[in-house]
Amino acid sequence: MRSHQGELEVSRKSLTIERDLWDQTFFSFMTVKKEFLTFKAAVLIQRWYRRYVARLEMRRRCTWRIFQSIEYSCEQDQIKLHNFFSYLMDHFTPSSSKERDFISRMLTEEESYKDTELEKLCDYESVEVLDSYTGPHLSFPLLPDHATALLEAFKQKQQLHAHYVLKLLHETRRHLMQLPNINHVSTCYSEEITIWEGFAVCPLLTLWHLTYFLFSYVFNGDFVDRGKQSVEILIILFAFLLVYPKEVHLNRGNHEDHMVNLRYGFTKEVMQKYKVHGKKILKMLQNVFCWLPLATLIDQKVLIVHGGVSDMTDLELLAKIQRHKFVSVLRGKKRKGKSRHMDSKVINGESPVGVDPPRSSSFPGSCLQPGLASTASRTELSQWVRQTVEEELEKCRRQVGFSETPGDKELTCVSSVTMTESELESCETSESSQGEWKQIVDLLWSDPMPQEGCKMNTVRGGGCYFGPDVTENILQKHSLQLLIRSHECKQEGYEFCHNRKVLTIFSASNYYEIGSNRGAYVKLGPDLVPHFVQYQANKTAHTLTLRQRISRVEESAFRALREKLFAHTSDLICAFKGYDQEETGTITLSDWATAVESVLHLGLPWRMLRPQLVHSTAGGLLEYKSWLDYLAVEQRSKEHIQSSLLETIYRNRSNLETIFRIIDSDHSGLISFEEFHQTWTLFSSHMNIELTDDGISDLARSIDFNKDGNIDFNEFLEAFRLIEHTHCDDKAALPTSDGC
Amino acid sequence: SLPKKERDSQTQTIIADIQKKITDAFEVFDHECNKTVDVREIGTIIRSLGCCPSESELHDLLAEVEEEEPTGYIRLEKFLPMMTKVLMERRYRPIPEDILLRAFEVLDENKCGHLTKEELVKYMTEEGEPFTQEEMEEMLSAAVDPETNTVRYRDYITMMVVDEN
Repeated sequence: MRSHQGELEVSRKSLTIERDLWDQTFFSFMTVKKEFLTFKAAVLIQRWYRRYVARLEMRRRCTWRIFQSIEYSCEQDQIKLHNFFSYLMDHFTPSSSKERDFISRMLTEEESYKDTELEKLCDYESVEVLDSYTGPHLSFPLLPDHATALLEAFKQKQQLHAHYVLKLLHETRRHLMQLPNINHVSTCYSEEITIWEGFAVCPLLTLWHLTYFLFSYVFNGDFVDRGKQSVEILIILFAFLLVYPKEVHLNRGNHEDHMVNLRYGFTKEVMQKYKVHGKKILKMLQNVFCWLPLATLIDQKVLIVHGGVSDMTDLELLAKIQRHKFVSVLRGKKRKGKSRHMDSKVINGESPVGVDPPRSSSFPGSCLQPGLASTASRTELSQWVRQTVEEELEKCRRQVGFSETPGDKELTCVSSVTMTESELESCETSESSQGEWKQIVDLLWSDPMPQEGCKMNTVRGGGCYFGPDVTENILQKHSLQLLIRSHECKQEGYEFCHNRKVLTIFSASNYYEIGSNRGAYVKLGPDLVPHFVQYQANKTAHTLTLRQRISRVEESAFRALREKLFAHTSDLICAFKGYDQEETGTITLSDWATAVESVLHLGLPWRMLRPQLVHSTAGGLLEYKSWLDYLAVEQRSKEHIQSSLLETIYRNRSNLETIFRIIDSDHSGLISFEEFHQTWTLFSSHMNIELTDDGISDLARSIDFNKDGNIDFNEFLEAFRLIEHTHCDDKAALPTSDGC
Repeated sequence: SLPKKERDSQTQTIIADIQKKITDAFEVFDHECNKTVDVREIGTIIRSLGCCPSESELHDLLAEVEEEEPTGYIRLEKFLPMMTKVLMERRYRPIPEDILLRAFEVLDENKCGHLTKEELVKYMTEEGEPFTQEEMEEMLSAAVDPETNTVRYRDYITMMVVDEN
């Protein structure tokens, strides 16, 4: 065999000679020697194959980007929705004490209960374990045998009885209460420390069987909202925590938060598995999550947190906070329902100069008090309201602490209205708790970035982006040598950044889709040098070829992307028309890419993705209306829904589901007429629609299609669509300023 | 047939479009968001833009865009003009299906319509611009018919071409 180097030399020379002739028929050189021909054939095949692989790699990267940007924009939606509700609550004036109760039930900060109160509330004694129950039984204090029994039971797909779940949660809470905000772990005690973040049950089971607790474990948050077995994972984690308290350490992640669980599926899972007692379990869980420690420190040298840090992060301050006060990190500080007095300008019907045309958004807001509609012109008011809603949401965001400037003196209860004295007072006292809250949210939601500095994490809507300089400062300030965090999915399961000072570890393999990524965990010995173990927990993933794996993941990503495109159909048409001045109905593909990015703001390489999204073009031009129709065809469900309204539903669907679950506070899956009435009053006031009480009752009755006296989620969705329809008709009657 | 002014403006538009395309592809690999990519990813970027250079041609292209003192990174500043020229001149066009088929036929000495797994491995790792072990394994996983342990290259090509489209 010739040496590799020699071959390259030969190939270079021959290619230099033949370069101009590559595109000609291969066999134009009939006199060449056989070896030369073989050589050329081989190069041709290799060249072709390498291009094929390169294109696959590009597709893989693009798919990854799609998933990430959609996931983060979902998180952003979640925060926006939350801010919107907070804003609603601040501005809606309940007209009766019942309504006031309803609002405060919906959005009041949950207090952390005293032990006795909690036991009354989540009384597990009254939860009877029937003889017919064949699952595992627990007794406390837990022993290693119990933990092993649980593992076995879950492998057999059994379920732990609610009685034991509640008791387990009680004991877990008692244990966690004794722990400091920052766990201190020493490698002197155990030879090795293993760090995980989020996982499926499989590797977990293998791990325990292999190691028999010679080592310590740190679980870095996000135990739930990952796959369909979050409940089991949590139970096992807590059980092992109680059995081996010195070896198992848990950090809180951003998903250990019931507001996030509502959106991401954990709440649903609990209610599905525990139909009768799920509500108690969820309530108890809220009070367990808030007691989870915020960080772990190994040998005073390695800091482990779920998200990251910010330029304000202060470990000494963090150690002193009463962490259990922050039941949901999304809540921000304590909030009291207050009524607002409208600005005098509004009451007189004036609108401020230079009002922007209404931007389409999921929830155009309104802050009308009943009775105000008659004194002001509705059109002007609604325009002014839309503009101020955007400003208000921005202020709300800052209000709950998503601000850049340190020591922000932004007052609470910000709005464009005058404040009363008592409101000003309460603002000052809660400034310190605002600072504390920011410490926590930064720890749980931040992401590292390559550039220096520290800025608001606008993608997630919470926490910061922190640069290498911020990392360096924190490490130096507290004499640390490494920051280990999770929070972001990485293709190889782990990734270093910031000069190897920050390590991201992600243990849930196949996170977006089978084959999308590997999971990893990291081990630290007394030398504190990280060692990684990677895996991919799915048999199928191993048997697929590279091409098949990529195709599968890609299909998923593009389906999600097409849904998102469809949901923005009207905005897209507006944007496309902007590039089609001569109204030919077509635009260039380059303009298509620019337009799409300007609407979706996903930061994706649209020109690379185009071949998968746009299938037919004539002469480099796209007929955009028919392309959008093609998208719509895919999305149309089997039920008879008017296609023009599908868009609204799709954009709002996940938000509406969240709203439904928030309103359905007993998690029964049904809304009573009473609850519906209260909700509808709320929505109609913010959407600037007048409905009489009778009107709402009639509506409720007509929505209850199956006449069972309750409204389930599908009926709820239908109702929302009807109201949107009425609103759209009204809008159509008013003159609009934009050309769309 | 168009007046020069219009032809020029058309060319300008074409160039602008090409440059946006190149920038998009480049940014996919620009992990630090500072308009640089690792030199080892350049091949992937160039190939995904529609070109099909051989390894030695790639080597030459790289030499054009590398820094005087190689840093391991390639800057968009240097990459963009080079790549624009390559695309405008339509260099390194992809290989037509029938030419590819004839290349396989050259290697198929007995003209039986297939290669054995061993033959393919020999040619791909010992001839031309040899594959790495990883490349070889990846190609085998899709190309070899597990029942006969052979590569029916005609079918293989068809499958790969369909997949690309």
